Amino acid sequence: MSNILVNAPKTASRGAVIEIKALILHPMETGFRPGANGRIIPRNIIERFTATWNGTEIFAMDMSSAIAANPFVSFFAVANESGTVVLRWTGDEGFAVEERVAIAVE
Amino acid sequence: MDRRRFLAGTAATATVVVLPLAPAAATPDAMAEAIRKVVGSATLTEGRVNLDVPPLVENGSTVPLIVSVDSPMTAADYVKAIHVFNEKNPQPNVFSARLGPGNGKAIVGTRIKLGDSQRIIAIAETSDGRFWSAGADVIVTLAACLEEST
Repeated sequence: MSNILVNAPKTASRGAVIEIKALILHPMETGFRPGANGRIIPRNIIERFTATWNGTEIFAMDMSSAIAANPFVSFFAVANESGTVVLRWTGDEGFAVEERVAIAVE
Repeated sequence: MDRRRFLAGTAATATVVVLPLAPAAATPDAMAEAIRKVVGSATLTEGRVNLDVPPLVENGSTVPLIVSVDSPMTAADYVKAIHVFNEKNPQPNVFSARLGPGNGKAIVGTRIKLGDSQRIIAIAETSDGRFWSAGADVIVTLAACLEEST
């Protein structure tokens, strides 16, 4: 049940700085809210988001309960070589999802 | 002592008492401690960081936030990390992002939750080991929902 939306250019000129935006469907349950039965709903958040470009980590983010539901992240990267950007989200309850984006650099 | 002099005296005393407390009130203990864990003994300098967050939000459940740092992002001078803290959510940490010269621009955007009107602080760590900060006050009319919607 992971729906991911990634916005990144398919092609980029060498050395250009491109923006990568990523959105993932996730409740980001804080662990501070009581549910309908009055008990606290257990925390279920994405703890970590990483991005690698051809295997090299270019961006990483440690998230907390204060990140809104359906986490959105935008960051920049220098396009040095054609390749694959792998975006990875990991979190509570064994959550681990990957998305790949191919970017051609010319 | 007549009334006027008494009042003037009270005001003077109040000023003396309030002034030293003012900086502490802007950063409650939990946030100050979270910041100290990141910054350590280094000094925190205001500047170079731009924290873009709306001053007035209707819905605290989704507040857009962009942190940009004035940095050339070269191998010799780049931003290593960007941290964001809040003062009134249940936890002081919002996020910690790691960057490098491969980012080209030191800009990170996301959406956060705010449980109350409060001050947000963004801190950037540059490759020379220095820490820079910026703060912004946000007024929230409807806090991030504390109860499950039924």
